Parts: sequence; C-alpha cells; structure tokens
Amino acid sequence: MAAYDNMRQPGLVPAGVTRRERLAEWVDRHSGTFFIAPAVTLILIFAIFPTIYSLFFAVSRVRFTGDGLRFRYVGFRNFEKQFFGSSEVHFLGRTDPVSIFGYAVFAALVVAVLFWLWRSRKITTWVGMIGRTISAAMAIFLGWILCASFLSGNSIGTLYTTLFYVIIGCALQFVIGTGLAFLCSQPISGKNFFRVIFFIPLMITPLGVGYAMRMVADVTKGPFEPFLNFVGLSDWVWSADAWSARFMMMVSDSWQWIPFIFICMLAALENIPRDHVEAAQVDGASSFQIFREITWPQVLPVAVTVLLIRMIEAFKIVDLPNIMTGGGPGSATESMTLHSMYIWRANDLGSSAAIAYLLLILTVVVCASFFNYVVLGQIRKARA
Amino acid sequence: MFRKHLTALTVSAAALGAVTVPAIAQEFEGVTVNILTRPGYVIAGPLAERGVDFEALTGAKIVVTEVPFAEIFPKIQNDWATGTNSIDVGVFAAGWGVELDAAGLLEDLDPYVAADDKIQLDDIAPYFREFGQKVGGKTKLLMVDGDFQMVYYRTDVLSAAGLEPPKTWEDYLDVASKIHGTDMNGDGEADYGSCIFKKRNAQSYFAIQTFAAPIVQTQGTAQGFHFDNATMKPIVNNAGWKKAFELYKATGEFGPPEELNMDIGDTRALFKAGRCGLLVEWGDPGTLQLDDDASAVKGKIFAIAGVGSREVLDRETGELVPVSAESAPYAVDGINYSPFAAFGGWAGAINAKADQKTKDAAYAFLSYMNQPAQSGIDVTIGATGYNPYRISQLSSTEPWVKAGMPAELAENYLGAINSALANPNMSSDMKIPGAQQYTAVVLDTELARYLAGEISVEEALENIEEGWEEITEDFGRDEQIAAQALALGE
Repeated sequence: MAAYDNMRQPGLVPAGVTRRERLAEWVDRHSGTFFIAPAVTLILIFAIFPTIYSLFFAVSRVRFTGDGLRFRYVGFRNFEKQFFGSSEVHFLGRTDPVSIFGYAVFAALVVAVLFWLWRSRKITTWVGMIGRTISAAMAIFLGWILCASFLSGNSIGTLYTTLFYVIIGCALQFVIGTGLAFLCSQPISGKNFFRVIFFIPLMITPLGVGYAMRMVADVTKGPFEPFLNFVGLSDWVWSADAWSARFMMMVSDSWQWIPFIFICMLAALENIPRDHVEAAQVDGASSFQIFREITWPQVLPVAVTVLLIRMIEAFKIVDLPNIMTGGGPGSATESMTLHSMYIWRANDLGSSAAIAYLLLILTVVVCASFFNYVVLGQIRKARA
Repeated sequence: MFRKHLTALTVSAAALGAVTVPAIAQEFEGVTVNILTRPGYVIAGPLAERGVDFEALTGAKIVVTEVPFAEIFPKIQNDWATGTNSIDVGVFAAGWGVELDAAGLLEDLDPYVAADDKIQLDDIAPYFREFGQKVGGKTKLLMVDGDFQMVYYRTDVLSAAGLEPPKTWEDYLDVASKIHGTDMNGDGEADYGSCIFKKRNAQSYFAIQTFAAPIVQTQGTAQGFHFDNATMKPIVNNAGWKKAFELYKATGEFGPPEELNMDIGDTRALFKAGRCGLLVEWGDPGTLQLDDDASAVKGKIFAIAGVGSREVLDRETGELVPVSAESAPYAVDGINYSPFAAFGGWAGAINAKADQKTKDAAYAFLSYMNQPAQSGIDVTIGATGYNPYRISQLSSTEPWVKAGMPAELAENYLGAINSALANPNMSSDMKIPGAQQYTAVVLDTELARYLAGEISVEEALENIEEGWEEITEDFGRDEQIAAQALALGE
C-alpha cells in the first residue's frame, strides 16, 4: 500500500480508484486554494468591490430618487472639475500669477527629474522605467503646483494641505519619536514610566484628541491664555490664520502619532546586539560615532518602514481638522479626505468619489516611490 | 333597588372613565416614531420632552436622534432614497423639503390635516403656512418653528454712546465701530461691536444672504435674489453681492478675534454674557436673554426687523444705483428693506415609505407639537430654539410677558417679526432642488475662503456663479426654472 501511495502523481488517478478517493485527491491538490479562499472572498467583498463600485460614482452624477440611486454617466467631468472647473482653486490652490522664483525652481526641478530619469535607464528594466516615469510625472506635476502656488506667494489648496501634513508632519514626528525612543533605550532611571506616558496619546480616539486640542489651544479660555497675555499675544488667534491653523493641526496630529514612531523605534533600538555597541566602546568610539556607525544602520530598515506606514496613515487625516476648525479658516486646514467628506455630505457622491480616487492615486504613487527609491535602497544598503 | 343603583353607578363610572381618558389614549400603543434632527437641546430637546407627554397620551414612543447640522439633510435623503427607512420623521429647514418631495419621498399631509380638528391651520401665519409647510400646493411639512434673521442691538450700550439703531449696513458698521472696545458688561474687559457666526460648515451662509437681500431684491418677494427666474442664471456675480460680501467681511473688524471659527452656539454664549453690541441672529435672542445665564442683558437686546440699503442692484447693468421709486418701489425713506426668512423655520416631514400606523403616529405627534396649546408655550422659551409662527403667538404680548419678557421688549420683539412678515419685499430662502448644495456647500465654502483671505471677492463670486451653474445643469435647467417659479409663488 505504501508503495502504491508513492507511485501516485498529481493529476493522474490510477484505474480502480473509487470516486471518493478521486474527490479527496482533487481536494488535496486544491487545498491551497481552499485555504486562502475565505480571505480572498472577504477582501473582494470589503475592499475590491467597494473600490470598483466607487469608480462608477466617480464617473457619474448620482441623484437620489424614490426608487434609490440614479446614475448618469458624465465621463471624467468630476475629475476635470478639480483641475479646471469651479473646484480648481479649492483643490490645487491658486496657481496664478507665477513668480519668477516659482518658474526658476520649477525649471531646476524639471531638469533634475529628467536627469534622474535619464540615468535610470542604465540601472533598471523597462518595467522599472515605466514606474520611474510615473514617479517623475507625479514629481513634475506636484512641483509645478508647489511653484505656482506656495512659492509664488499664492494660497495652497487641499492637495498641498494634505502633503503638508504628510511631509512636514511625518518628518517632525519621526525626528521627535526617534529621539524619545533613543533616550528611553538608554540606561536611565524611570524609563518604564516614560515609555507608558509617551505611549498614551496613541490610545486616545482621534475625535477625543481633536476636542482636547481645541480646548487646549483656545486662546481666550485655554491653559496657555495667561502665557499669551504675558508675551503680548492676547489678540493672536491661531484659527484665523491659514498657516498657524495648519501648524496647530500638525502639532495635534504629532501629539497623537509620535508615540507610534516612538514605540516602533524603541523596539528596533532595543534589538541591537549589545556586543556591537560594547565592542565600539572598547575601541574608544564616541557616543555619536556609535550612533552613526552602529545604531543607525541597524535600525534604518525599520525606520523607513515605520515612516512609510505613518505616511500612508497621514494621507487620510480627517478627524482633527474636522473637529478643530471645520476645515477653516476658509479651506486652509482641509485635507483631501475632509474635502471628499464635505462634498459627500452634500450628497455630491460623484465629485466625492473622484477626489477619493485622486487621493488614492497620490498616495499610491508617493508611497510606492518612497518605498522603491528610499526604503528598498536603505534595506539593501543595510544588508550590504 | 340596590342592584339598580349598582348598575347605574357602574354605567356612570364607565361613562366618566370614557370621558376623562382621552379618546386617542393608547391609540398608537407599540408604535415607535424615529425622528432625526440637529444636535443639542435646541429644537431636539423639546421634541424629546414633548415626546414623553405624547407617549403618555397615545402610547407612541418618540425617539429623537441628533446629528451635526451639516449632516441632517444628506442623512435623511440617503435613508429615505436607499430604502433604509430607519428614520420616520425628519425635522429640518422648511426649504429643504422640495428636493425630497421631487424624489417622491415625502408623505402628503393634506388628508391628515383635513381630518385634524386641533391643528388650527388658519392660525399659522400665511408665509409659514403657504411657503413653509407646502410644496407644490400640498402640505408636506408641519412647522415647529418660524425663522427670520434680524439685527439685534443693545439698547443700553447704544443709548450710552448716543447712537441710534442702524438702518443700513453702513450704519451697522458705523455703530459697531463706535461701540467696539467698550466694556458692555462691567467686567473691565473690552467687548465687541458686532458678533456674527462666521464658521464654515455652520450657518454663516445665511447671514451673508441677510446682507445681500436688501441690496439685490427690490421688486417684491417673487423676484428673489439668487437667480434670474426666467433663465436660472445666477445673479450673484455683480456689484450687489460684492458689496454684501465686503460689508459682511468688514463687520469682522469689530467682532471677536475668533469669529471665523465661531458657530451660532459660540456667538450666543458671547451675547448672553453681555459681550456684543450688535448681532445678526434669528428670533432666539428675544427669548434667550430671559435665561438665567443671561442676566447681564435681560431686557436690553432689542430687534430690528431689517437693515436695508440706500443702493440697490440694477440687474440690467450689474451695477449699484441709488434707491428710487423705480429701482426700489417698496423702499421706505430712501432705504430698501428685505427681511430674509433665513432657513424658513424648522419643520417636520414624514417618510412616505414608513408603514401607515407609524405615519399616523408621526403626524399626530407633529400636529401635537404644532398645535397652539403646545407651541404657544414652546416659542416663549428661549432654550427651545422655537420662534413664533402662529398668528395667536404674534398678535398679543400677553403670553410673552407672562413668560417673563418685559412688556417693552415684547412689543419690540413681536413688532419686528410682524413687520418682517408684512413686508411685501420680504426675501425667501431658496426652495428648489439642490438648495443645500447651492448654499450650504458652494456659497458657504467660497464665502469662508473669502473671509479667510484665500481668495478675492471677485474670485469668490465667480466661483459661486460657476458652481451654481453646475448644480443647475445637473438638476436640469427647465426643472429648476419650474421649481423656482413654484417656490416664489410667481
């Protein structure tokens, strides 16, 4: 019997085998599919299907009728409106007039990106070139909007407000979170207490953070009111100025998310073998040299991965600006998610879905570019 | 003999029981009516409290769900259009009903009203009865509140400064500038000349229309001030609306520093604390100043039915012209007034797809809220958020004085509302499909961006014009022209 079993080949059923055994054999051969089927089905139902269904919304005008939703195909009009129609300034910011400085920076950026693309042809495949071309196109587009709006002294739209939260916010959170993690990884007294304290904000619901920060930042009744009076800023109102409001939003977001960076980086720092550090100390290396040559290279793969995860999350910021300022003053603190939410709330489901898709494209291209050109590069470097 | 007496006693007791227990008692036992409206005690609170009384009377359980102001309409529309039907009654702006009715989502209340001997429909002021409650000539909503935006002023502050109440928006700025920075409540701190809720995604877009109406509308209520009614082309990108935007922004110079982030709750807290000299508000300050926490201003906040303009829009040229018999036939002493019925009042509508028993109970409850016995008391209490809408509530100061309002204030308050209602050039809120998108999204967003200095007034008005045109195209121009004609009673 054992010999017979060994002779069995996948897909071939010897004569005389019963129907039940054939079924068992078939199930055995497809067991992998059966095991992953529930997960795949759930993903299809809860992730893929809504994504595809929302594409129908993005290319339609949707009306509510007594018989349910009525779709009218409008092509790319919902997208076009964000770039050339009534929502252009809201989404992209004001891009006219463009300053000389703006033109100069944009020209330098285009040259740099094209040079990078030209150099890439030697080190990557044609598939890689497609990816790099997409990244380059996105960089040129974002560069143009930045040069024509912010660098030309014009107001920015929800696109760059989102990128402000992502790029500046995540950088700030990364530096502070890593710094705190480094301090708590040192042999200092009470470090367990600080670990718990630093971690608490991450466990609070974003809505709670929003309301708490709104009270803390209140300039007339908040805890800092005496201080503002003392320094002569009693008439200063952060919520009435675009940049101070954005900055306050970033501070509040950072307060909640620094613990995430902190806890991940602390785990990475504590996993560094002690013998490497001790060997360097024996060799007389300074603390800075030990950090630069031993600690940092070993935590780098974790650091960039944590940063990537945080960036993906940051693209979706919505609770804080909604609670703290309602997206104001004007639309200064409105992220793309909040932009989409406000339009959805007015039952303009088509435009809302279009903005959600634009956010998806932006997130995928920026994060995939960061992963391919930064994360993978650093991981390879660390392995080397 | 004894048996006869016993029988008579039993019959009498039964008859007495039948008389003393209301005829509708427990009529709706086991029925639950789910109501959706705004958050907080204002509007929602009295619905819940009266709901308890109503349950004791009829057996119907009233459940009030509260959602943020900006989510009321989309939540109801979503729920009713997609067949979720978790909401039986929506209490929202009277003007919003038309879009729901166009989709066939509102129950026709005419048959219910015809069989209702307690509602006293003729006692409801004609504007609220015909404009607020009816859509396409049929009763589709029942009011629980009547709304006008008015200007209020502190009598003590103005008289101390030797100033008269403003008659035009320029006067408003002048008065605000002269009283701004004075201590109005004796706490030693400088207070504000003007308080207007200017937060985005709140109710700021109503106040800007209060500013624009007397500049843009001159030929009576049927003219409207948002569109050219014949073509539905927006009449917003012109010198009239531009002036309204500029005046509105200029009030900020004499307002609280955080005004751009203040909603109506914030400004109400300020004026109750005695910190505002002038304010633009609905009818609520009249009664809110009687609250215990408003002792600093009790009896001192008087209303003006409308603040007007000496210049009005010439729709042919898009420029401003002085008020004259031709340009503004309803003007008084060279000033064109157009009190704005902002929001139109909170009204209840019933989901057409609810089951019949629930619809019966829902109507009975809305009628109960609307009937003079209940509403006559509710409108005199500031915290309810309900303002008068019945003739009986507006014709006598007696119930108001009984509720604690000083007689002089009651005269002023009711006089201002009556004067607004009687004005032939009174301006109506939008009552066409997409009204929420036109105003709460496009107008509100562009106004907020202009106030924050992100865009110029010209850009704001251009964007509003373009945005309104897109909405009109989406809903269908011809349909919107017909709806507008119906809404303005042309």
